[in-house]
Amino acid sequence: MPTILDPTDERVPVTRTITPRPAEITGNVAFLDISKPRGNVLIDRLEELLTERLPGVTFNRYAKPTFTKPAPEDLRQQIQADNDFVIEALAD
Amino acid sequence: MGLAVPPFSLSNSAGTDISFPSGRESLVCFVKEDCPTCREVMPVLCALQRTLGAALDVHIVGQTAEGNEILETEFSPPQPLLDDSDLKVSFASDIDTVPTLFWSDADGAPRRTLIGFVRDEWRALADELGGSADVDWDALPEWRPGCGSKSVDPAISERLRAESENSPLRARRIDIGTQDDEFEFMFDQGFSDGLPLVPPTPERVMRMLAGTRRDPQEVLAVMPPNMGEVTVEKAAINAVMAGCKPEYMPVINTIVQAICTDEYNIHGVMATTMGASPVVVVNGPVREKIGMNMKLGALGQGNRANATIGRAVRLLIRNVGGAEPGGTERSTLGNPMKFTLCFAEWEERNPWTPLHVERGFEAEDSVVTVFTMTSGPTLIVDQESRSAGQLAGTMGLCLEAAFNPKAHYATDCLLVVVPEHVDTLMRDGYTKADLRRRIQEVTARPIRDLVADDVSGAGFKQEMAANMDEEALDKRLPKFRTDEDIHIVVAGSEAGKFSGAFHGWATGEIGSISVSRKIDEL
Repeated sequence: MPTILDPTDERVPVTRTITPRPAEITGNVAFLDISKPRGNVLIDRLEELLTERLPGVTFNRYAKPTFTKPAPEDLRQQIQADNDFVIEALAD
Repeated sequence: MGLAVPPFSLSNSAGTDISFPSGRESLVCFVKEDCPTCREVMPVLCALQRTLGAALDVHIVGQTAEGNEILETEFSPPQPLLDDSDLKVSFASDIDTVPTLFWSDADGAPRRTLIGFVRDEWRALADELGGSADVDWDALPEWRPGCGSKSVDPAISERLRAESENSPLRARRIDIGTQDDEFEFMFDQGFSDGLPLVPPTPERVMRMLAGTRRDPQEVLAVMPPNMGEVTVEKAAINAVMAGCKPEYMPVINTIVQAICTDEYNIHGVMATTMGASPVVVVNGPVREKIGMNMKLGALGQGNRANATIGRAVRLLIRNVGGAEPGGTERSTLGNPMKFTLCFAEWEERNPWTPLHVERGFEAEDSVVTVFTMTSGPTLIVDQESRSAGQLAGTMGLCLEAAFNPKAHYATDCLLVVVPEHVDTLMRDGYTKADLRRRIQEVTARPIRDLVADDVSGAGFKQEMAANMDEEALDKRLPKFRTDEDIHIVVAGSEAGKFSGAFHGWATGEIGSISVSRKIDEL
């Protein structure tokens, strides 16, 4: 029986549970712009529409330094600490 | 002499398990049938079994099952040979030579070890033990060197090392069913880039690890997107699959470290829809040492080092980094250069400073430089220009196509200048700085020419241009933000006026910055 060595990182992905979806949007909502061109245009429009519909909600804007790299740890923690929801504009 | 027989249990040809140590003093001699010296000493060993067998254990350990049968038929030893055909006891005893005779005390501790056959040594030992009576010493040669132990046969010693208790291998072992085709199995497991792989058996990986001085468990880098740890062992496994030779390992290790930096940003390079991939340029003495191609067809197929080093890196990105097409690798069209892209610079044909020296290393350093390409090599075909200014002008015009002609300040490039073009440039004494300056000069366009229009919607937005005054619209922008965004190397054959250019990706902090790294284990 031929034997070979595993070329992968041998990691078994952990199954994660999705955070329960609330019935309504309250509290703080983060808008994360990944810094692709025109992501801000999309978020501007979304913010305009959602502000109308959700007058009691506070919207916070964030941006990744560059779309080519994962969001820095500090930014992720800040978004998590200050918000109940995140809306991310992915690409142009 | 550090040799010693480890505790063992071996079967003899009668099917009896014999253990060492047994609580009695012992002689253990390793032999193999096709060794002439072993055959010379067989009558001595038989005599020692006859005369000393009552007082101490005398074991003849044979290294092949078939050979043991032959030796027993020919020499009729009083006690059957012990079968070490899987060579584990020979390997663990650390012997290089057969015959090797160990005299051990009742606890198995070595008292004396005789390597090969030196008549006086063997006779002295036999006399000391009182076992010389039955031996015609004068009929024996004075000295015979013996033969190589089968346990150090290059064809199998790696397997023995891989299976030994202190094996340096830690990767999970995958047993492929006897009904499975190992090549199909590796495709099925998703290990492949789409081409067949060399099975990374433990012995092949052991041989690959012999090419590096690094500890197999050293973590070279943490590789995105899965942040998998690339150990030297994992690098060696993927290098085997790619078809590498062991001497390529230091180059591969260094490339892994170069691409897994924040500046290079392999995460973005793999994830982008643009179809980016690393181009590896190798400089310094290692080029010759491992036989890299920098001349005819340097960017093409046919050279093992060029082809397999690049492929090993790509397989690591896939298997350890976890960048798989359709997963986090999202390239719209893909790119055949994603299979492999690694070449050496022909420094000796370069009248200027070679790439690594330009980037701060010593000429005698061996260095890898990683550049992110999205296109290329696009050919710069110019067989007509006779002056440096004309040729450099053609190069600039060709480079203007990078991304699209209106995309200025958007990317960088790696220009591969071929020898005939080098000669044309040198006719007018062009330096690298002159070449860069000329490219920037001929590509400089007023912003008004770079605004989106009916021909092409790319470029400056019309709304933005509407807010600019005439002076601003007349400002001329060269193709590249800085002259340093034009990387220049020399490669290719002596014949042909066809240089090549790799167009870059998002350049600078926003995307990927070229990284050079010295191969420090050479």
